[in-house]
Amino acid sequence: MRFRTPSPSGSRRRETWTDVAVRSETDLAARGFTLSELMIAAAAREINDGELVFVGMRLPMLAFLVARRTHAPAAIGLFENGVIRATPSPELLYTMADPPNLRAATECGQMLDVMGLLQQGRVHVGFLGAAEVDRFGNLNTTWGHRDRELRRLPGSGGACDIACLARRTVVLLVHDRSRLCERVSHITSPGYGSGNGWRRAQGLPDDSGPSAVITTLGVLRFRLDGEAYLASVHPGISVEEVLSNTGWTLRVSDELVETIPPDTEELRVMRELDPNHFWTR
Amino acid sequence: MKLTTMREAIERHVPSGSMVLLGAQLEPMIPFSAGHEIIRQGRRDLTLVGPISDILFDQMIGAGCVARVMAAWVGNVSAGVGYCFRRAAEQSIPRRIEVVDYSNFTLALALHSAAMGAPFMPTYATLGSDLLKKNGNLREFPSPVNEERLVAVRALRPDVAIVHVQRADSEGNAHLWGSLGVAVDGARAARKVIVVAEEIVEPAVIASDPNRTLIPGFLVAAVIHEPWGAHPSPVQGYYGRDHAFFAEYHEETRTLEGFERWLTRWVVRPQSRHEYMSQLGEARAEKLGVKEHAFAAPADFGY
Repeated sequence: MRFRTPSPSGSRRRETWTDVAVRSETDLAARGFTLSELMIAAAAREINDGELVFVGMRLPMLAFLVARRTHAPAAIGLFENGVIRATPSPELLYTMADPPNLRAATECGQMLDVMGLLQQGRVHVGFLGAAEVDRFGNLNTTWGHRDRELRRLPGSGGACDIACLARRTVVLLVHDRSRLCERVSHITSPGYGSGNGWRRAQGLPDDSGPSAVITTLGVLRFRLDGEAYLASVHPGISVEEVLSNTGWTLRVSDELVETIPPDTEELRVMRELDPNHFWTR
Repeated sequence: MKLTTMREAIERHVPSGSMVLLGAQLEPMIPFSAGHEIIRQGRRDLTLVGPISDILFDQMIGAGCVARVMAAWVGNVSAGVGYCFRRAAEQSIPRRIEVVDYSNFTLALALHSAAMGAPFMPTYATLGSDLLKKNGNLREFPSPVNEERLVAVRALRPDVAIVHVQRADSEGNAHLWGSLGVAVDGARAARKVIVVAEEIVEPAVIASDPNRTLIPGFLVAAVIHEPWGAHPSPVQGYYGRDHAFFAEYHEETRTLEGFERWLTRWVVRPQSRHEYMSQLGEARAEKLGVKEHAFAAPADFGY
């Protein structure tokens, strides 16, 4: 695959993420789905049938359930508290240990039971959120920056473990220049480090690392040398908008496509699972 | 006789300066009533240990009880950040705290290691991360059996583990089920265990299902009968999670003054869990109660 490095944008006022988001929400509403629904559908397609999935909360949880109900009926969900679950929880969840998620689960074990599966290399894909992601897919959820002040964030949870040990990781986050930065100030969860061969040099498993970053503007993937590139843009979003909201000179795929919108079946499942649009506003 | 009151158990077993494991089951069965009693008794310089702690760690930090946190995640699980944790970490309010960052897996291994009586457990987790660089209890070493690099996670032995369970007998033999997290290793890793139970049952009830006895009574120093002791976190089969309470805490503790008001209302003024629950009100408790029981099929231990 070849890439082109786009020329820097002109001198006109840079559109902020909020401007872009408001406009793209309007565009998407006209198309019959929300931005969250688009991101969930994109995330669901990162799961293949029969895979073991480290499921996070919020959008990834819905993505897992959509995948199960559509193209990946044999996918199995793992939760950090030790719960393994194949079927959807009967109720909307706020945390992975809410009582509806434990009732009729496949197994309620210990944290080490699921972490052991992860370290064995059995977990195909793990979903992560982040305050910051950089050019090489490294994540920071420990110390963030807001208005030039250092902000203490909650920390790793299981994210560092998943980023080290899952075969693929998929990151979901809001796309703006402070969140997609050249270099994270703190590596909570390692991606491809500084690029070429870095993971191997650290001693991380060969068959592991970030696979996709699904943002509010598009989807980034990674070259063999570990650097992120723009693989698709969401409907109604221009490449320039993505580039001007990214904190480094993002490479763009020659085979750039538009993110495939959710189909009728995916939307039907999402709306059945989240009828009041609690997660899919 | 191990059965005692929360006040006595904390007075006796949790002195200032202790290393305390709380929230071992992650989001559910967090021993909030024990944490609140620790705050009321004015304990200081505690080291808190737990994978994720939800808002209990935030409250204890805000109340000034804590010198050090060893955890993978500190905040408010359903609402986001913990403001007291942030004020302490960023501005040393109400006092400076040391934060030792773990990941969930490495914290679990630290407790597992202590539970095994081993000095450390090896793992690949945290290689390449800044957690490994900054946490002195994670040390990289060359594998003695092949060419790989590994992380040694040093054993962590809390002075006391406080574990909320569904039911126990008066000797502390405890049944717990649902999300287990690091509770089993945590209870074995600690020098002492305090069991807080929704129900105290006859020893025969516990003995009827030994696979569910995850904490044997001989490890337990004190047993407390404390219904609703984990509110606002859930206890499978007893009550659900009070999501609104977490959201309200988030809103009300944005400022230091707001937190102090919250603390007076929910921790300082109620002298017991009973008074706390009276303040919460019957209607709210009723709403959190189990709507539809789902009992497991009995397991036959006959021979």
